Amino acid sequence: MDKLHFDEHISKQFNADLEDLKTQLLEMGGVVEQQTIDAVKAITSADSELAEKVIVVENDVDQREVRLDEQCTLVLARRQPAASDLRMVLSVVKITRDLERMGDEAQKIARMAIKLSEDSGASQGYVELRHIGALVQEMVNNTLDAFARFDVDMALKVAKQDTTVDQEYKSAMREMITYMMEDPRSITRVMNIIWALRALERIGDHARNIAEHVIYLVKGLDVRHTTVSEMEQQLAER
Amino acid sequence: MIEQTFSGVTVGKPLVDNAKMSMRDVNVFYGDKQAIFGVDLDIGENEVVAMIGPSGCGKSTFLRCLNRMNDTIDICRVEGSLQLEGQNIYDPKLDVVPLRARVGMVFQKPNPFPKSIYDNVAYGPRIHGLVSRRSELDEIVETSLQKAGLWNEVKDRLHAPGTGLSGGQQQRLCIARTIAVSPEVILMDEPCSALDPIATAKIEELIAELSQNYTIAIVTHSMQQAARVSSRTAYFHLGKLIEVNDTEKVFTNPDHELTEAYITGRFG
Repeated sequence: MDKLHFDEHISKQFNADLEDLKTQLLEMGGVVEQQTIDAVKAITSADSELAEKVIVVENDVDQREVRLDEQCTLVLARRQPAASDLRMVLSVVKITRDLERMGDEAQKIARMAIKLSEDSGASQGYVELRHIGALVQEMVNNTLDAFARFDVDMALKVAKQDTTVDQEYKSAMREMITYMMEDPRSITRVMNIIWALRALERIGDHARNIAEHVIYLVKGLDVRHTTVSEMEQQLAER
Repeated sequence: MIEQTFSGVTVGKPLVDNAKMSMRDVNVFYGDKQAIFGVDLDIGENEVVAMIGPSGCGKSTFLRCLNRMNDTIDICRVEGSLQLEGQNIYDPKLDVVPLRARVGMVFQKPNPFPKSIYDNVAYGPRIHGLVSRRSELDEIVETSLQKAGLWNEVKDRLHAPGTGLSGGQQQRLCIARTIAVSPEVILMDEPCSALDPIATAKIEELIAELSQNYTIAIVTHSMQQAARVSSRTAYFHLGKLIEVNDTEKVFTNPDHELTEAYITGRFG
């Protein structure tokens, strides 16, 4: 039972409510995705103006979270959804939360971008930032895609990408430590890069969480706190 | 659109290990018209099974087979195997009166007898000859009313007419009347559809308590009610048993698309 039909309720209003949740969530996702892209760009090109924009947008993301939560509450109270409808509403509540956290992390990166742009130092760590930034941006894009199309394969791909990001993050950390040991004067600067890398890695984790919510939404399967191979196995058993 | 149609095999787990009642290949006809098609279903000991489905899907017809209520309808014919603890309940030699004491029934509309509250409850034990002394009867009436959660509300007016109670109280009186004859199974046919939310909540609470000692099969149009009171849910569609699964599963992730379509209010 993979096909989800959210437009076939006897109540057209219910169709509209669920469709609206989906649209608004994707809109919120779009804002957060852009925030992530801008944050990485701001830090790697020392663009403090763009960084400010990322910080300002956070307010909008918070508002969207509150609005979506409110709408989900209303749907629960009015419709007492069951089965896939229930999973849809629950997933939206959870995904909204992850998106909001991703926005917070993007904001952290933007703050680091401003700090880094204030002093002119060597551009150590920018390669790692760009590299991991690109990987995470793709994850965010893919995970929103997975939700938009209810695509379990895509969700699984995101989980795999998260494993890659975690590995890249670890090796980037080793690089950063090397930089700091080579030149203790760079410690303050590199620490800021580390915070930004950490925030990116967290955005990746949230993208993976969203992918897990998509799997729950489509398959009714709770794959949180499992490894990618366990996930694959559980999905294969379905 | 919903593409999946019924393959003829009930999905999920219609059968259990500790069956109190076992139905196999049950077909029911009203004259030439078939109302139930090859239903296999077990009702486990001390289990609450909810039967849901759109109007005319056969859930009430099926429920009424379980204590031979359909016998009262001339054109109704029941085929297949229906057993209560291994005993064929459609055995022509079997007396339906004791059967209906073992398998009691509560109806959609509360239907107390036009008698006192006391006599309503005492009626069953009297006609089944379950008591020899007045004190025993008093005790049965009291415990039955207590089990039905009605005792405190009526203990001071046991000899007032049962029909003078509120709808919810009348329904609990009918439940007390049912349990007064110590049934093993209680069948409930939309027991709350004529009641307000408070009375409904009381009946649901009662169902949870009764399930510790009785086996219960309930037909309901309220999906939320099925979700709240039952441990397994059976979905009927056009006379066929489509899916039986743990209630938790049915309402979060049903196996069959027809079940999903029904419980989520989609066109099926």
